[in-house]
Amino acid sequence: MTLSRLLRPSLLALAAASFTLAAQAAPLKVDAAKSAVTATFKQLNVPVDAKFKKFTATIDFDAAKPAEGKASVEIDVASFDLGEPEYNKEVLKKEWFNAAQFPKATFVTSSIKPAGSGKFDVAGKLTIKGKSTDVSFPLTVKKEGSAQVFDGTLPIKRLTYNIGEGEWKDTGMVADEVTIKFHIVAQ
Amino acid sequence: MDRYTKPAVLLHWLIALLIISAFGLGLTMVDIPGLTPTKLKYFSWHKWLGVTVLALVCVRLLWRLTHKAPAYPRNMPQWQQSAAHGLHLGLYVLMFAIPVSGYLYSLAAGVPVVYLGVVPLPVLIAPNPELKPLLKATHYWLNMTLLAAFALHVLAALKHQFIDRDNIFKRMLP
Repeated sequence: MTLSRLLRPSLLALAAASFTLAAQAAPLKVDAAKSAVTATFKQLNVPVDAKFKKFTATIDFDAAKPAEGKASVEIDVASFDLGEPEYNKEVLKKEWFNAAQFPKATFVTSSIKPAGSGKFDVAGKLTIKGKSTDVSFPLTVKKEGSAQVFDGTLPIKRLTYNIGEGEWKDTGMVADEVTIKFHIVAQ
Repeated sequence: MDRYTKPAVLLHWLIALLIISAFGLGLTMVDIPGLTPTKLKYFSWHKWLGVTVLALVCVRLLWRLTHKAPAYPRNMPQWQQSAAHGLHLGLYVLMFAIPVSGYLYSLAAGVPVVYLGVVPLPVLIAPNPELKPLLKATHYWLNMTLLAAFALHVLAALKHQFIDRDNIFKRMLP
């Protein structure tokens, strides 16, 4: 066995790694402290905001070349915060997020199209509780110093993803419409 | 003997009924473990009752300020008259303070009040995790104070009716 043969796999790996790096350009660094993902739902018509405290977003976006941009967001559903520890525990149960079986909710872009100054139309795949659907929503991008700020609102229907099973299916109690809002600061 | 005016009597009994319902519902709902639709429903009903009480107490106070209460019997000792007056004043203060503390507690918890599920009421304070436990305790202890004041109020009414037999109770009967 020669040295070159021994080295070949690692060289190949190195080549592959540098190729991926080049193809991805440099993904932006997300400032977790300044970013937020919230969900607003209505119970008996009362709007309640809850926060996903833990999520990671990978964004590769250049406003000059939006079509080449892509992003993915991975949300830790166990970090859902309703402001009351007792309720936070409840929503991890089977009839809500079923966090034990589906710990992550994800969103992956499939296309980003320009829609006027600082605005873009984003389409992608949203997966919650193991259910995937195609969604689209308007995105605004602003420059703040050297950072880019991504803001968007995505209305969904919770029952599409089986969020709230059994007696919670009653939309008179908790409305089907849930608004997901995100504010992501990255550079 | 002088009687309370009809609106004063009506407001007294209506508010009493609403307060007793809200009080009972409040104790029931916090005893439901976890999160159930019934629990959420009770919370909303409790808040609607509280807001109704607050509105009616405003009307009642205005009525009371513009319509003199009947005088106490002449043979009632001065200290008892002062005590009765003080207790009534205390009940008025609590009837305002309790719904207000509950309302602010709900806001501090990040849950605005939508009256009867239809009318969104003003969001006076932002969600506030530090203030929340403080308002919760305030709401609870004001209610326990109300319970004590209510017990005194009822005992006094019974004493007037069955021991003093001065018919003072009749002034508030419909």
